Amino acid sequence: MVMNVTNLGRSGLSDWIVQRFSAIILAAYSLCILASFVMNPDMDFETWSSIFDNNAMRLFSLITLLALCAHAWIGMWTISTDYMTSLQLGKSATFFRIMFQAGCVLLIAVYLLWGIQIFWGN
Amino acid sequence: MTGMRTLTFDAVIVGGGGAGMRAALQLAQSGYNTAVITKVFPTRSHTVSAQGGITCAIASDDPNDDWRWHMYDTVKGSDYIGDQDAIEYMCSEGPQTVFELEHMGLPFSRTEKGRIYQRPFGGQSKDFGKGGQAARTCAAADRTGHALLHTLYQGNLKNNTAFLNEWYATDLVKNQDGAIVGVIAICIETGETVFVKSKATVFATGGAGRIYASTTNALINTGDGVGMALRAGFPVQDIEMWQFHPTGIYGAGTLVTEGCRGEGGYLINKDGERFMERYAPNAKDLAGRDVVARSMVLEILEGRGCGENGDHVMLKLDHLGEEVLNSKLPGILELSRTFAHVDPVKEPIPVVPTCHYMMGGIPTNVNGQALTQNEKGDDVIIPGLFAVGEVACVSVHGANRLGGNSLLDLVVFGRAAGKHIEEMLGQGLEQREASATDIEEAQNRLSKLNESSSGESVSTLRAELQNIMQNHFGVFRRGDFMQDGIQKLSALRERIANVHLDDKSLTFNTARIEALELENLFEVAEATAIAAEGRNESRGAHARDDFRERDDENWLCHSMYFPKEKRVGKRGVNFSPKTVDTFEPQVRSY
Amino acid sequence: MLVSIYRYNPDTDEKPVMQDVEVELPEDKDLMVLDVLALVKQQDSSVVYRRSCREGVCGSDGMNINGTNGLACITPMSTVVKPGGKLVLRPLPGLPVIRDLVVDMSIFYKQYEKIKPYLINDTAPPAIERLQSPEDRAKLDGLYECILCACCSTNCPSFWWNPDKFIGPAGLLQAYRFLADTRDTADNERLSELDDPFSVFRCRGIMNCVAVCPKGLNPTRAIGHIRSMLIEHGT
Repeated sequence: MVMNVTNLGRSGLSDWIVQRFSAIILAAYSLCILASFVMNPDMDFETWSSIFDNNAMRLFSLITLLALCAHAWIGMWTISTDYMTSLQLGKSATFFRIMFQAGCVLLIAVYLLWGIQIFWGN
Repeated sequence: MTGMRTLTFDAVIVGGGGAGMRAALQLAQSGYNTAVITKVFPTRSHTVSAQGGITCAIASDDPNDDWRWHMYDTVKGSDYIGDQDAIEYMCSEGPQTVFELEHMGLPFSRTEKGRIYQRPFGGQSKDFGKGGQAARTCAAADRTGHALLHTLYQGNLKNNTAFLNEWYATDLVKNQDGAIVGVIAICIETGETVFVKSKATVFATGGAGRIYASTTNALINTGDGVGMALRAGFPVQDIEMWQFHPTGIYGAGTLVTEGCRGEGGYLINKDGERFMERYAPNAKDLAGRDVVARSMVLEILEGRGCGENGDHVMLKLDHLGEEVLNSKLPGILELSRTFAHVDPVKEPIPVVPTCHYMMGGIPTNVNGQALTQNEKGDDVIIPGLFAVGEVACVSVHGANRLGGNSLLDLVVFGRAAGKHIEEMLGQGLEQREASATDIEEAQNRLSKLNESSSGESVSTLRAELQNIMQNHFGVFRRGDFMQDGIQKLSALRERIANVHLDDKSLTFNTARIEALELENLFEVAEATAIAAEGRNESRGAHARDDFRERDDENWLCHSMYFPKEKRVGKRGVNFSPKTVDTFEPQVRSY
Repeated sequence: MLVSIYRYNPDTDEKPVMQDVEVELPEDKDLMVLDVLALVKQQDSSVVYRRSCREGVCGSDGMNINGTNGLACITPMSTVVKPGGKLVLRPLPGLPVIRDLVVDMSIFYKQYEKIKPYLINDTAPPAIERLQSPEDRAKLDGLYECILCACCSTNCPSFWWNPDKFIGPAGLLQAYRFLADTRDTADNERLSELDDPFSVFRCRGIMNCVAVCPKGLNPTRAIGHIRSMLIEHGT
């Protein structure tokens, strides 16, 4: 069991499942958006924002946003632990990796809050 | 050399094959500080190449099978110079030893009942030769050696054996009392020379098939243990007895298992005739290996060989059907396609008798303790030295080993030696000491090689040695021819002693190892040659044109080759098993 | 025939170089790469490589042959070098080089040892062998045959990036060999040990392992089975 790289306490299996589950949500949401364009050939801002006035759609969007954040975090964390290791970067690897990961967390948090504000704000 | 490091262990095992790792496992399990010195990573040892199986009366194929029947076959197979106490021990302890391996995880093939699958092998019978062919060889497809070796390595990992992987033992350290104190070894990766000191030194260095030009043996089978023992002045026993396996792939030398014939395959000559019916009407293709190999050579000599030069015969398997071949002999299909460019499902495999196994070796008792003789010819135990597996001559194989008995030999006697050392250590076996001179003496050879400045190359000398052995000491032997060979060998001795090592670097210097191996090959070859010339009879694998008959009056005994005087002596065969009646020598026919 | 060999001796060389050696090959015979190496060593005894069984069962001579990992002893020249082409030999990628074609395999072996590569069964063994049906035994086919040559793991990018944390295809194949063995009773412990983001889950299904395995084994499929077992184990 590999314990020495912090992954916020998740198991490999949970990561793997979250990654796949969130991918399904993202795919479903993409289809949903695509469908709304197909069904509304003359899409304008009015129609677009009316779609999001529906609470079910807002909830779906929120779930998708959360899925996207989880997906992105696991993906970025994995990339950083693949390519930013002491084999490639030497002794300072841990520092760079943690900085990179902190940057990702920050960015993801910003997007999440911003997204929530867009969907649920006035 | 000053400042040489010394490593100290309760027991050190030289060789990481089946026998060495079984001995190591026994000792590691009981918590003794055990090290295995092995010149290749353990799973690269030659045991890995064993295919057909491990012969043992576990009564799976035949619920009435009896280890005494196995013992009878083995005694007969040995042409009556196998020691009956040792054969009794091997055959009776065998089942327990095999079950232990299974419990350790060895992935044996299975019968419908869930028991270990057993296949017929050569020289096997029921009811002391009266009940027809037996199927007694326990198999893991045709990769039994691989499965066994990996299982033993895994067992050793579980029990924390210390492995000195890619270390090479160069010589024994013998003190003034003639006791063995350890070995000098080189760490191949760093080139460091170390004195490995131990209360018990176990040789499990395997065979020396590389003394012949054509052999089924791995490139690492260079007789290191026999070479070290001979240089230390100890005798070797029955070293003239070399098994030629009937089915080495023509041209490549790689082995195809006797299990092929066990599963129903048979040999044919250029006329498509199943010729073994003429030579061994009952057992046919499953006669003793010596018998089959000689019959093949006779077919070839009499002009019925296959191919352009008529220099091989064919092993036919296609009639067995693809399904059987895929499930029972998958490795053989692979090897044939790779090395013979032949698909056994459709066409026969070209085969030729090929050097396979060294029946002789360092004489030992059933506890693995190495033996020598005093002036009166009585056995004397060499303190501190043990030998197990192919390097040892217990002797269970006598003049001809039966297929499947070598894996059994490895594990039974590896275990026996381990148990005996365990007991000795428990009783407070003391570490013997060696003086600086003793250690220096053991290093002489290495120092000389490191200082060599001119001379011939290893590859040239090795090829010459192998050709002499191939031409003068093959399947059929003749006195004048052998004397000629001995002359050639003695001319070669000086040249090999002056071999030139042009690469003197430390890191992973395989040229140095090959040069040291060459000297061991030579020691084995010379012992073989002189002992073969000395045995004036035909017995088992030792077939002479000039002495065609077995001579029980003079040669129902072991040969003992003494290196200092280059003399061939004799040693009595044990005819006193403990729990069964003696098997008296009879005419050996199949 | 021109043979280009990766040469590096830490005793004397600062940097590795590719050295070209001219070797004369017999015309009527399709030699194995290992035979060609032996001819090279006859000319220059300082060329270093591992070898033992010379028949593809011991796993000593894994190396990179004209860009592909394989065993030198069972790779015929005709399959790797086009007429007029040259033979290019490098050590297995991704592991530290000790000298020439010899790599330091410690980390590879360490990953193997991590999966507890031995049968665990705490029940008392019977007086004879443990019984196993031919069907249950067949589950081990394609798993136990591994020869630990490291051709697969050293061809795996995930193993290149995390050789200390990702078990790699060879080790995982053996992990599954024991998980699949009906005689082994330690499935739960074994699975718990594997359930971290690295040991198993760094496998990205690239299948480079399958492409080079000289024994024709399929580590990716075994890893898939482990994953399924982990899902069952976790739920």
